[in-house]
Order: sequence, then structure tokens, then C-alpha cells
Amino acid sequence: MAVTLSLTVNGKPVTASVEARTLLVDLLRNHLGLTGTHVGCDTAQCGACTVHMDGRAVKACNVLAAQANGTKVLTIEGLAAADGTLHPMQAAFKECHGLQCGFCTTGMVMSAIDLVNRHPKADEATIRAELEGNLCRCTGYHNIVKAVAQGAAAMAK
Amino acid sequence: MGANEPSVVGQSVRRKEDLRFLTGAGQYTDDVTMAQQTHAYFLRSPHAHANIRAIDTTKAKAASGVVGVFTGADLTGVNGLPCGWLITGTDGKPMNEPPHPVLAQGKVRYVGDAVALVVAESLAQAKDAAELIDVDYDVLPAVVNCVAALKPGAPQIHEQAPGNKCYTWALGDKAAVDAAFAKAAHVTKLDIVNNRLIPNAIEPRAAVASYSRGDDAYTLYVTSQNPHVERLLMTAFVLGLPEHKVRVIAPDVGGGFGSKIYLYAEETAMVWASKKVNRPIKWVAERSESFITDAHGRDHVTHAELALDKDGKFLALRVLTTANMGAYLSTFASCIPTILYATLLAGQYTTPAIYCEVTASFTNTVPVDAYRGAGRPEATYVVERIVHQAAAEMGIAQDDLRRRNFIRSFPYQTPVALCYDIGNYDATLDGAMQTADVKGFDARKAESAKRGKLRGIGYASYIEACGLAPSNVAGALGARAGLFEAGEVRVHPTGSVTVFTGSHSHGQGHETTFAQIVAARLGLPVDNVDVVHGDTGRVPFGMGTYGSRSLSVGGTAIVKALDRIVAKGKKIAAHLLEAAETDIEFKDGKFTVAGTDRSKTFGEVALCAYVPHNFPLDKLEPGLNETAFYDPTNFTYPAGTHICEVEIDPDTGVVEVARFTACDDFGNIVNPMIVDGQVHGGVGQGIGQALLEHCVYDADSGQLLTGSYMDYAMPRADDLPSFNVSTRVTPCTHNPLGAKGCGEAGAIGAPAAMMNAVMDALASSGVKHLDMPASPQRVWAALQTARA
Repeated sequence: MAVTLSLTVNGKPVTASVEARTLLVDLLRNHLGLTGTHVGCDTAQCGACTVHMDGRAVKACNVLAAQANGTKVLTIEGLAAADGTLHPMQAAFKECHGLQCGFCTTGMVMSAIDLVNRHPKADEATIRAELEGNLCRCTGYHNIVKAVAQGAAAMAK
Repeated sequence: MGANEPSVVGQSVRRKEDLRFLTGAGQYTDDVTMAQQTHAYFLRSPHAHANIRAIDTTKAKAASGVVGVFTGADLTGVNGLPCGWLITGTDGKPMNEPPHPVLAQGKVRYVGDAVALVVAESLAQAKDAAELIDVDYDVLPAVVNCVAALKPGAPQIHEQAPGNKCYTWALGDKAAVDAAFAKAAHVTKLDIVNNRLIPNAIEPRAAVASYSRGDDAYTLYVTSQNPHVERLLMTAFVLGLPEHKVRVIAPDVGGGFGSKIYLYAEETAMVWASKKVNRPIKWVAERSESFITDAHGRDHVTHAELALDKDGKFLALRVLTTANMGAYLSTFASCIPTILYATLLAGQYTTPAIYCEVTASFTNTVPVDAYRGAGRPEATYVVERIVHQAAAEMGIAQDDLRRRNFIRSFPYQTPVALCYDIGNYDATLDGAMQTADVKGFDARKAESAKRGKLRGIGYASYIEACGLAPSNVAGALGARAGLFEAGEVRVHPTGSVTVFTGSHSHGQGHETTFAQIVAARLGLPVDNVDVVHGDTGRVPFGMGTYGSRSLSVGGTAIVKALDRIVAKGKKIAAHLLEAAETDIEFKDGKFTVAGTDRSKTFGEVALCAYVPHNFPLDKLEPGLNETAFYDPTNFTYPAGTHICEVEIDPDTGVVEVARFTACDDFGNIVNPMIVDGQVHGGVGQGIGQALLEHCVYDADSGQLLTGSYMDYAMPRADDLPSFNVSTRVTPCTHNPLGAKGCGEAGAIGAPAAMMNAVMDALASSGVKHLDMPASPQRVWAALQTARA
């Protein structure tokens, strides 16, 4: 059964006709070509597919595309300014070497921004607890935690 | 590097690759979509061990959207997957090397063994069709434990491996070891298990295979750490295709940790099938599939004995290990518990006699191969745990016992084949103890005790052999491949540079580190140098990235090519400046006649090489493009000391890693930020092994019990502390960069350091032994048993 959707993705209106079982991550990656949102697991544990839906972080592998009907979705591709200037969280990840292979990174950055939106002055323990839903196998999280703290400070300016 | 190069080498240059990763512009294999693309799904064995009586694919072939269905019977003329290292046993015979079919041939040997490949228009259609395949299994008893597999009466997995034995292999002087034990003042004995791990790169394995009828050629995008090796093994050993007709591209790869070194069944079957269906085929592993198909790591059972004299000098070490190979020999499986394990058992110590015997067995589990560290973490775990226990038994301080036995004279020939070129083990032990504030430990322990907690401190002074490898040495030890590396430096007419390397970056930051080396040498901005890797169609034949080899071997190949660029540039400059070649100096991007101000910039010389109007064409070819291959003359020997402090809640058994300190010697460092990041990641995986991770199979059914992130405990941000890392430097003596490698150190040192800390914390409660992972249940149970 096909469903027709209208939503906003990275500020642009999108309409799509997809099978009802289509996941939001499939809509983004395979229908819209937004391949910056990654799939790292099948149990909603790794967080590589994290995007924002109406300003809140969601795991796009765990949301049906149909549930995103009428919402505003922000993916990693929509984060930097139109002139290419990085979002402060993206810039902090680069500055702090908060990424290595890059695969978890896009979801990690989207989660980090949501974390800071909810906890603008998060300490290390809060950052670590809040990142529990995003797995990284490369960094040991050390520099990710630093990057989130630095990104939070930059976002507060 | 030369002493007077003002260099970006040694600077924490921010990474060139980050912009694309941070904006979602990375190009991973799953991001590749081709016109007319089909989708693959592999039907896998649900049984650990079964004969296949029959497979009926009739209904599947007729299902909606199906393009092709293939089983082992269809793969005529296709060989099995090869093993790249021949181990010769103590009986003088080659290891048992049973066939490793691409798709099952009459029998399945582990849960996940590929039985059929379904190709369809959509993934959903491929999955639906796979459900219509009727496989008639005759289920057999299974064995998953490597020791149990060797017992009489164990289920027989391969005809070609009687008793499930792959080999028994040994290294060292058994008689000398026996003699040393006979006169020992103290003997420490240890039985330990090195727990089986699942690598879990966050990007699942994936492939896109396509065939072009027009030029009878194949293109394979694949998650590989070594695309040339992948191509060579696939074409020459399995599919019988001409190598030049297959292009293998490993684009951005989301972590490897060893698991993406190997030639796997999936991409091999897909390349073969891409011609049959004459359409591109894409496959991306689901995470559940990764758990049951990516090569696993570790899985050793070991008995070790250390002989000491009355002063704590090590006299001899005896190690008997059983290693799990899984159901088939993966690409480098056989050399991990032998060549990369027993040779490391001297550690940082002068132990004069060492004997190690390893028996490798087949079981009904996923094949086991290299995982970050590969043999060296297992060796360090044996050595450092037995040293810890010996110190505790003899009442000698942990640092003191280590210092009494440190190697201090180099080069040092160990009794287990390796010759260490250089090191300073006191320096890294001192550095770690200082940063870890060992002096303050007693006060912290007392403070923990006030809160009812048990605090412990543990050391691991590790060594590794990296920079794999001198090809002739590896060949003599059974390697069926060379282990050199290739680098090409292509200077463009306008003086910017593209570097092609056979190394592959899947997180290590080569695009930055290698650019720094080139920029420093040629006096260019880092932005004027780009690095290309991971494409057999663009890069000279290289061996790829594993064993912490990229900088010391791949980087040196680039340095050799740079030497040739500079030498040719001097000839061109000499001509332009009408001076003798021997008078030309190259520094800061300028070729200068020594003692004068007459010079040509690197860019001017590059332009002249490509617009050779005023050029010594009678003596020199135009162009400025050099390729070099570098084969190392020895392994490199990174070493260091890691110190871990844990706090344990005796009521719950929960272990908290309170502090973790690493002081490492990686030789010269190009980018300290990247090196620190590599240590962080390795330590994270090492603590993961010691604290959390454990691959468990059901002993009867052979089903994987830890087959998802709900069941397999991956380290998360709130499981780990921040780490204190620092370095000391003794430059490697046999490569021009003086580099040793840093990628695996964290995973090598951390497990032993952490478990020694746990043992130290539990010692006062009477706990004598614990295996990894130190889960709350295990720690709590050990405390209850000790108290009973």
C-alpha cells in the first residue's frame, strides 16, 4: 500500500509516494538521496541515523516515513549555513578531532545538538549519559565528549 | 625528515577529510547507487552444523522481482576462499586447510554460513523470495568451544581436519625452558581465557558489484581495508578472472579494526553473479548479519607458567594455548595465534628462555581472524597478567618487578624470533606512573574504602611488532603474500601534488598525515597536497592498512618517492640555473645554488618538467611523477605502559574505570592529535574487552546468543572515562620517518592493565582469579565464592 507524504526536509518542501512500511531513513537515503544519514544497526541502538523531526532528535530507522508527514525534518546536510559555514557543533567536532571514520559522526552531531538544546550547560557526566544512544567504535568517546562541550559553549554565544 | 625542514610534521593539523564527513558528504559503499541496480540477499544457515540433503529454489526463482537465485551447485569453476598464511606444524606437516566454499557445498558449518544468493529488483523482493527457498537440512551436533572441539568424540566438522585440528605449532627452546624451570625459586601459574570479540565497525560490510559486457570488466565497490589484496585473492585464487579486468574501489570506509581485511564470500559471489545477471548488484549487511558473518577476534584458552629466581628475575616462560579458528580459515586466521602471538611473549623483558605451543581448532562458529592488535593483545594479556600475579605472590612492587627485567640494551634479540631495534621502557613506565599519580593511589584507595568501595591499580607494559612486514621474513614464516607498500607522488604542472598510496584510511586520517609529510618535504601548504587511496584503478599495487603499518611502511614508500622527486628536481634546477647538480640545495620549497641567492621555486621546476622548452631532454625525461615501493627491513616495536585504576562496588560487582593512563613510544609522530585519537579509540576497545564485550555461543545448539547491540555490550560514552595519554620518543632506526605505528597500542595494553587493576582491587577479598569481561555478575560471584 502506498502513502503520499508532504513534509519539509532541510527547509525545502518534499512530497513523496512510498510504501507504507517505508522507514524515514529509507525515505531520506533512497528516495531523497540524502545519504549523510547512515544505517549502522537494526535495533535502534547505534544512533547513526539520528535526525531532527520538529526540533527533536529521532532515530530515523525507528520512525516510519508516514509518521514524518507534515513535520519539519533536519538532516546533517541541512545543518551548515547556505554559504558552507559549519554549525558550531560541526566546527567543534573538527577542532577537537571528534571523528575518525565519519560513519557515526553525522548521527552523533545531530544527537549532540539536541543534547545541548535540552542541557545548554551539560557537564561531562551529563554529556556521556546523554550520548548513550549513539555508538562510536573509533574514538573511545574522549574527543566526542570534548567536542560536545566545546560545541555547547559556541552555541551559547 | 631532514633536521632543517620547517615543518608541519609534528603539528596537530586539523583533518582534511573532516569537512565531508561532518556535512554528510562522505561516500560510503552503501551510498553508491548504480543505474539498473539490483539487490542481493543471502539465505544463511539457521543451524550451526548440518548436512544439506537438497535445496529447492523453484518457487524463489518464480517470485516477483527475482533476477537470479544461486546456490553452491551453480558456482562451477569457482574455487573456495583462500587462506593467506601457511602454518607448518610441529609434526613438520602443513596445517589442515579444508575448503571454504563461497556458497555452501552440501554442508553448513556455522549459523550464518551462506547457502544461497538471491538477486532481485528490490531488497524486499529478494528477502521474500529467499523465504521460498526450501533447504532440507539434516542437523548434526555442534561444538563451539575450541578446547571441546579437540576432545575425542567431538562432532567432526571437516573431513580434511581429523579431530577438528588445524595445526599444533610451537616456537622456542623447550629444553632450555624445562631446565630453567627446574632451578626456579618461584613459579607462577595462570589459566586464562581471552574472550571472543565481535569487531563491530559501525559501518556494516557492504558491496556493489557490476559487470560491463562492453569491455568484459568488473567494478566492485566494497568495504575493504586493502582493495588490491581483495582483488588479487578474488581473481587469482577464487574466480579465475584476469586481474586487470577487475577494479576494486574501497571508498570511504566506516571503520575496520581488522574485520574488513578479508576476502569474504558475499562480494565474491556478487562479482561472479554480476556477469550472470548482467546488472549491478548491491548488498549491505544488516547488523544482525554482521554479527554472524564478520570475522570475530581473540578466543584463546591458555595455560602459562613463569619461572623466576629469588630476586624476581624471569628465567623462563612456558605458554600452552588453544585458539579457535571458527568453522573455516579466514584470510589471515592461521598466523594470528602463532606468528603474531608467540613472537611477542618476551614483552619488554629479558626472559632468556620461552616456549610456546599453540593448537588451533575448528568449531561451528564464525571464522576468527585479526581484530585490532591481532595476536599481540593476547600475548600482552598472558605476559602482563602473569607478571602481575608473580609480583603479588612474591611481594614485589609491580613497577619494581617490571624494572628488574626490562630490556635496556638494543638491538635485542629475543628468544622468540624478533629483534627489537630500539626502545626505552623505563621512560614510558616513569611517564605513566607520573601521569597516573601512582604516589597518590594509597590515599585514593583509603578514600574509596571509607565509602565501602574496593580500589585497585593495574599495570601493563606492552610491546607490539608493527610495520608489517619484511616480505622475505614473512615469506619464510609462511606468508603467501608480500607486505611492502606503494606510494606515488604526482606533481602537477602548476606545482600542486596528488599522492597515491596503497595504504587505506578508514578513520586513521591518512589524507592529512600523508599530506603533512609531502607538504613538509616539498615546502608546500598542506592544502596543495591531496591523497588518493582505495582504488585499484588509480593507485599502484599496495597491501593496505592493518597491523599499524600505514605510516611506517606506506609513509616510507611516499618518502622514497619524494626522494626521487627532489633528486629529479635538482637536475632540472641545475639545468635552469646553469649550475652543477651537486651544488643545488633544496629547502623550504626552493632549489638554490649553494652559497648564492640564485634559486628556482618548486613550482617553477614543476612547470619546466611539463613544459620542457628549456630542459635537458638529452639527459632527462620530462614530467615529475615518481612511484616507490618500500619493503621494510624489520618490524617496528611500539611499546609503552598503561596504568588503570578501578573502583569496585562489592555489593553489586560493578566495576568503574576511575582513571586510565597511557604512556606510549610510537617513535616520531607526524600529527599528535591523530595519534592521541588512535590511542583513545584503542583503549576504548581494550576496556570494552576487559569490562563489557563477550561473544557467547550456546554450547549445544551453536546459536549466537550475543547477536545484537541489545545482547553484545558495546562500550558507550557513559561506560568509559576520559583518558590521560602521553608519549615518549625513541625513533625507529630502520625507516626514514623514525615511525613505529600507533593504531593498535590501546587495544593491546588496556585489557591487561584493567584486569590487573581488578585483580588488585579484589585481592584483599581473597579472589584469586577472574576472566574477562569483568561484568558485575562475574565480579559479584567471585567475591561470594571467595568469602564462602
